[in-house]
Amino acid sequence: MEFKDPKGIFQQIADNICDKIISGEFPAGSKIPSVREQAATVGVNQNTIMRTYMELQRENIISNQRGIGFFVTDNAQQQIINMRKKEFFDMQLPEFIKQVKLLNLTKEELKPLFDQLNLNHENK
Amino acid sequence: MIEITNLNFKYGKQANLFDGLSLSEKAGNIVGLLGKNGAGKSTLLKLMTGMLTAPKASIEIMGETPFDRLPRFLKEVYFVPEEYELPASKIGEFVKAHAHFYPRFDSEKLYQILIDFELNTKNSLSKLSYGQRKKFMIAFALSTNCKLLIFDEPTNGLDIPSKAIFRKVVAASLGEDQLVVISTHQVKDVENLIDTLLILDCGQIKMHRTIWDIAEKYAFITVSQLSEGETLYSEVAPGGYKVIKEAQAASTTIDMELLFNAVVNGVNLK
Repeated sequence: MEFKDPKGIFQQIADNICDKIISGEFPAGSKIPSVREQAATVGVNQNTIMRTYMELQRENIISNQRGIGFFVTDNAQQQIINMRKKEFFDMQLPEFIKQVKLLNLTKEELKPLFDQLNLNHENK
Repeated sequence: MIEITNLNFKYGKQANLFDGLSLSEKAGNIVGLLGKNGAGKSTLLKLMTGMLTAPKASIEIMGETPFDRLPRFLKEVYFVPEEYELPASKIGEFVKAHAHFYPRFDSEKLYQILIDFELNTKNSLSKLSYGQRKKFMIAFALSTNCKLLIFDEPTNGLDIPSKAIFRKVVAASLGEDQLVVISTHQVKDVENLIDTLLILDCGQIKMHRTIWDIAEKYAFITVSQLSEGETLYSEVAPGGYKVIKEAQAASTTIDMELLFNAVVNGVNLK
């Protein structure tokens, strides 16, 4: 049940920054929006944004250059992918398995899904 | 910035509204003041701004007694009440007459916020609609750059897009040396804007915490069935029940309405 509930504001802001790092919008070494810019863009308290940035810094995704701003670290992309993989295996996959069991889904029913996944992988 | 110590207050011969209320607030925060009608919110705001007199030494704002209404106090405080009249003057005339009282008044900021609010009028302020007057007063208040800004129901009367603009301009405007207090019943309008939640009920402070403290300790979730023991508070909702539980790993969005109801219903959220 908890899986469906909206994530907290800190997580939402962090996810948004991480998405932009993965997509390449914020490449390694680039400066991310300042706390004030981000507050103005999304209408969220500056202290809330600052806390999120501190957390991203602790996770080694951004680094603070005092007086200049926050910058994407060199291994931020890999760091985010590792964290998201962990989240996938710890949170999303168990929920998926729960639903598969609950609905008594069969191998045949799921086969098209896995075929598609394999195909996409080969295409890549 | 705000130091309230053991405040007692009553109107005339009525029973005490505040009976030993104490509160401390620091600059750099946006405080959401929530309470039912008659909880004492407006009275507290009036005491803080010097519109009502409090017993000696029980309220200090920036080291001053508000009711003394000294110029050095008044130039650092701006209060936007829920209802007010504006004079029959144009924006420029109003600014000319009032901006002098505020040494850090920033007229560029004022006109930028008015553009953000799409309030572009050559008309007299007295001819504006309620919502437009609100927009103007919010813009003027933020432009004073006063250290203490107090808003009573600022989003009342604002149209839907303007509520988001209100959050953006307030979030962007606040400096580290400023404190904003927003009294409201519209918790959804300010939920990501505030960083401190202050709940007043029957003249008493029932909760005074930062939102990260709340987010860290409690989870706000929807469940199809109530399970015994772990639920701190619950309400019936379309998806089953909205509940407050002790937080697990992932943080959830704070449901401020649910939290407010829990607190005023006497649930002990330690």
